[in-house]
Formats: sequence, C-alpha cells, structure tokens
Amino acid sequence: MKRYLTFLWQCARISFVGDWRYYTWMTVLTVLSLVGLHAWCTQLVNGLVTTGMTDQVSWGVYIANFTYLVGLAAAAAMLVIPVYIYRNMHLHHVVIFGELLAVAVIVMCLLFVTVDLGRPDRFAHLLQRFNFPVSMLTWDVIALNGYLILNLHICGYLLYCAYCEREPAKVFYVPFVFVAIVWAVSIHTVTAFLYVGLGGRPFWNSAIIAPRFLASAFAAGPAFIILTLQIVRHYTRYQVGDDALLTLRRIVQVATIINIFLLGCELFTEFYSDSAHIASSRYLFFGLHGRHALVPWIWTAVAFNVLATILLVLPASRGLKVLNVACVLTIVGIWIEKGMGLIVPAFVPTPLGEVVEYVPTVHEVQICLGIWAFGLLLYTLFVRMSVPVLSGELTYRKDHGVSHEDHRRATAETV
Amino acid sequence: MSEQDNQLSGPGLTRRGFFRKSAVAATGAAAIAAAVSPLRKMSPDDIPTLERFLQKHYKEMTPAEMQTALDRIAREVEHRFAVRPSLGDVKPMVGVEFVYALNISRCIGCRRCVHACVKENNLSRAPEIQYIRVLKMEKGSIDLETSDHHYDPPVVPEHDSYYMPVQCHQCAKPPCVKVCPVEATWQEPDGITVIDYDWCIGCRYCEAACPYWARRFNFAQPELAAKDLNPDMSYLSNRPRPKGVMEKCTFCLHRTRVGKLPACVEVCPTGSRKFGNVLDAASEVSYILRHKRVFVLKEEVGTLPRFFYYFDERGSRYHESVESDRATESGGGGE
Repeated sequence: MKRYLTFLWQCARISFVGDWRYYTWMTVLTVLSLVGLHAWCTQLVNGLVTTGMTDQVSWGVYIANFTYLVGLAAAAAMLVIPVYIYRNMHLHHVVIFGELLAVAVIVMCLLFVTVDLGRPDRFAHLLQRFNFPVSMLTWDVIALNGYLILNLHICGYLLYCAYCEREPAKVFYVPFVFVAIVWAVSIHTVTAFLYVGLGGRPFWNSAIIAPRFLASAFAAGPAFIILTLQIVRHYTRYQVGDDALLTLRRIVQVATIINIFLLGCELFTEFYSDSAHIASSRYLFFGLHGRHALVPWIWTAVAFNVLATILLVLPASRGLKVLNVACVLTIVGIWIEKGMGLIVPAFVPTPLGEVVEYVPTVHEVQICLGIWAFGLLLYTLFVRMSVPVLSGELTYRKDHGVSHEDHRRATAETV
Repeated sequence: MSEQDNQLSGPGLTRRGFFRKSAVAATGAAAIAAAVSPLRKMSPDDIPTLERFLQKHYKEMTPAEMQTALDRIAREVEHRFAVRPSLGDVKPMVGVEFVYALNISRCIGCRRCVHACVKENNLSRAPEIQYIRVLKMEKGSIDLETSDHHYDPPVVPEHDSYYMPVQCHQCAKPPCVKVCPVEATWQEPDGITVIDYDWCIGCRYCEAACPYWARRFNFAQPELAAKDLNPDMSYLSNRPRPKGVMEKCTFCLHRTRVGKLPACVEVCPTGSRKFGNVLDAASEVSYILRHKRVFVLKEEVGTLPRFFYYFDERGSRYHESVESDRATESGGGGE
C-alpha cells in the first residue's frame, strides 16, 4: 500500500518537472482550460442561451465533438488488436500510449456531455432512476465509463509493475485487454445507436451509420496515434520504431478506403432515390432554401478524406512526411464529417419542415477549446509520467535506495 | 533550471525556490478564482438547496413528500411573483383516455390557440416559448417542408392555403419517453405524456427523438410578468419551470382532469378543435373517429398519436369566399 502511494506521489511530483518547453506548453494548456472553465461557469449562470443552440437545432458542437472523440478513443483498441491477437510485436511497447490516449479522450467525452446538460447539478438522478436498458443514453453511460475504467486499470497496472520492476501477472491484465477490445467496438456502436434509433430523424435513421462510425474511428484514431508517437519519440528518450508507425499506417489505409466506400453507398442511396427523406443530406451537401452554412465544411471534409486515402494508398506515404500530411488530413476530415457533419444536418430541416441554421457562439467555442486543452493537458501528464517509468528511469528501488534483496522480499510479500 | 535541480535533489528547500513556488501557487489560485468568478452572479433560485436535492422522483414521492414539494414550489412562486398560487397534483381519472381531433377544413390559422396556451400554461414570454405551431400549408400538398411557419398576413385565412396546427401528439408509443435516461418523462394512464421538471437533467435527447417537434427547452430562465401569471397550476403541467429543463403540451391536464376543456379548445373561434375521452362512446371525439375522414401526421414513424386531423366531407366553409359559395349554389339550382 505504501509503495502504491509512493508511486502516485512520484507520478504527481514528476509531472511538475520538465524543461522550459514543457512548462510553456503546460501553461498554455492550463490557461486555455481555465478560459473554458470560465465560459462554462458563465453558461451555468445564464443557461444554454449562451450557445448557438435552439429548439430547432438542439444539439451542436458539444455533441459533435463528443461523437468524434468517442471514435478517437478506439485508437487504443486498434493498437491492441495487432499485438494481442496477431502477435505483431512492432507495436508492443507503444500500446500503452494508445490506452493512455483512450483514458484522456474518454474524460473529454464525459466533459463534453456534462457541458451539454441543462442541469448538471442533477447528475445524481442518473444513479437513482437509470432508464436501462430502454434508453440508449444509459447504454452509452455504461459503455463510456466502463471503457474508462478498463483502460485506467490496464495502464495503471502495467505502469505500477514497471515502477516496481516486476513482470506484470498476465491474469491481472490480459483478460481485461480482450474485454477492452470488444468494449472499444461497443462504445462506437452504442454511440451510433444513440442517433440511429430515432425514427423521427431520417438523416440518422439508417443502418449504415454504425459501420461508418467504426470505419472513420479506425482511421482517425490510429492517425492521431501516429502523430502522437512521433512527438513522444522526438521529445523523450523513449524508443518508437518506424515499424510501429508503418503498421499503424496500414490500419489507417484500410479504414479510410472503407470509410470512403461507405460514404459512397450512403450518397448513392440518398440522392439516386431522391425521396422526400433526403432534405437533410441536401442541406449538408448543397444547401436548402438558400441556407448552406455546412456546405463548404462538408466538401472540405470530403476533399481531405479523398486526398488522404490517395496519399495513403501511394507508396510515398511510407515516408513519414507524406504519412503525417495524410494523417492530419484524415483527422481534420473526419472531425468535420463525424462532428458537425453528422449532428447538425439531422436537425435541418426540423421535423415540421422549418429551416433554422446553427452557428456556434464564441462561448461555445471557448468551452470546446477548453475541453480540448484539458484533454491534451491530461495526455501530456500521462506521457510525462509513464515515459520515465517505462524506460526504467523511475522505479521504487531507485527512489528509496532499497537493495535488490529487500525489493525481492517486498515483492514476494505483496504477491 | 535551479527549480528542477532543487526538486530532483529532494525535500531540501532553498529560500529562492520557496518564493518562486509560492508565487506560482498564488498565480494559479488567482487564475482558478478568476475562472469560476461568473458563479457569483448565480441567482439564489438556481443554487441547489438540500431540500431540492433530496426531492424524489415524482413516482417515488409519498403523498406527504409531495405535499412538502408542493409547499416549497408554492413558496418559491409566491416569493417570485408575489401571488399565492393554488398548486396541486391532479391525478388522472379512471376510465379516461384523452384524444384530440382537429378539423383542418375549419381552421383559419388565427393562432388564438397559440396565445391562449401561452397564457394558460405560464409559458415564458422572454425568451418566447410556444407549445403550438400553426403551419400554413399549400393546398394540394401535405409536405411539411413547404409549410410556412411565420406567415403574417393582415387577414386570415388566405386564399390557396390551409392551416395545420401542431402540438404534442401524446403518442401511445412515445419515442421521447423511451430515450429519457433518467425517466423524467413518462406516459400517464390517461394517455398524457408528462415531465417532472424537478427531475429532468436537460440532455435534450427527447427533443431530438420527437418526430413532431413538440418539446421545448428552457435555454434561459423563463420570464413572465407577475400580472400574467395563471395562479391555478399543477405539479406536472403549468407551474413555472426552472431553467435548463424540457417542457411540452400536457393537454392542460390541470383543467382536463377536472372536467374542463384545454385552453386551446376553449378559445378556438371556429370549433376546429375537439377534445374528449375516447373510451366514452358517446363523446364527440369518438363520433369523429368513427365517422369523419381522419388521419394522423407522419403515420409512418409508428408512434400512434392521440392527436387526429380530420376534414369535412363537403369541403371548408371558411376557405372559399361567400360569393363563390353562392354562385355554385345558384348555378346548381339553375340546372
């Protein structure tokens, strides 16, 4: 127990240690988070009237970001699958960065849902009358929190073992890893079902949404990890081989191709049949009754996704520069497509045919930036803590000058 | 890098390091204080008191607990509006299932129903909330997308249009109830879907689920003047709502459950609106459902609305001018 507390204390302590770049980065993120907190407090006082949302478009950038981030959280699963199922060891020692990312991202998801609530003070009502299994939102609460706990456990256990310099016991984490893989798929599927299950919104009420969710998540998530791993290896002494990045490239490659194919399927079904149900799609891609706020965005997304797919298919993307460009295009393209592009059009036109557009306010944007900054802050902290632990620079023995014999005895006692 | 050295070397603290750390800590604390400073402007009504926090879900409250809640709400209303409300919790009547029927060949689109509803149900005047939306439709089409929500001519009805008022359809299979994560909204035995305003967490999932755009959210603190307050109110319907929760038409349950008509029915100058107990074979609505040409909006979404539209067999008396009516009649007589 004492050792575990020491571990936590050491992790907390080391997160305050770094060079000037680290301090600058963390200060900027903290300031942005606080600006977001300030905006949220203002929203608490005045109500959601501070946002651009209306009764017509009742969900906006908060839910859009939430949806996108649920996808990003799958990144962990996409790193884990090759390692634990296909025994592809290129990724073995970077898996934990994916899982840490999942933790930070799920925290962001939960924050985005919280800021979207009209009465966050009544959060406890969820525990008292949980409309399970009827409401898909309750499924999502379970899926997201379960995924958070699973990943916290896996990362925490592996890091703690590295800190104690002992071999992790398989029984304490491998079963959880497999559960987490299935769980990762479930968080997407359940989040997609949140929208798909609404019969009154033809734009969402389509079976293809869940598969598209998975495809785009498996593209954007690993793309994000590719960039992150390069940052980790640039700023720390932690070794990440190009093999790992190229394995991830293959995942992104396949996922973007499937994503584009599914988009094609959807567009064909909508526009060839040309029924009354395509008003929302028409609004998204071409504008409706002279309103076209989302048109430039969605075409940017389509262009980015197509360009990224072409780059990823070409052998040139084995070079890191091209690969990074493709990754950025994928991340931004899918952020637009799976965020605003998925949420807002379902509300335009309204079920009664009214066309009201949605534009986020400065307040809303501040809160979003704040949550993103807070998520990055968390992730930076996680990486800052885990790199020295994993590379064996920070261990219980070194901290306390315990001799090897003592250490062994202590390990034997705890086990 | 002296700070870093200092930290790495352990608990030994230099004076310079101490001052620097204090300065950093003070700046941090000040920044956090500044960030949460808007909370000072929080109105006392919004701060969750223990009493409000401990209040149970509507269905779990004992009669005594309900009385406590009603007393608290009455006290708050009196404090805010200086009017003592007559506040109760009217229960559904046994053997009653309410349905609504609306004659679209008679409706002239005057929107008196909209305003009577606002008045009766203590709806927010700023920002404006209305439960009823009257759509001006093009004759020959029932496509809602071509409807005009904001028609404003000097005189109604207008030529070549008909009007289709929409409010909560009190569906028998309500999608809004299904999606609520905290069971803050449910269907009562008399068919009315209600909301416990003290239980709703404001996620607006029900608003996204409703195919009839019948639900409204309190994006800001709902405002109405004390002189406009209807003091005859009930827990599940027209008591003043807090900020951040959903609300919707309740078929005026505080009126209809004691034998009165909804405000919108009572005010309608053309008799287009009919309301009653469908389980009573002698009721007007039963007659309409049996004998008139009745349809429901968006039947394909399968929510089984209790709100029916119908039209007269002989066409509308209100939409053609009297002259043309006479002309047809005399023409017909000449043949």
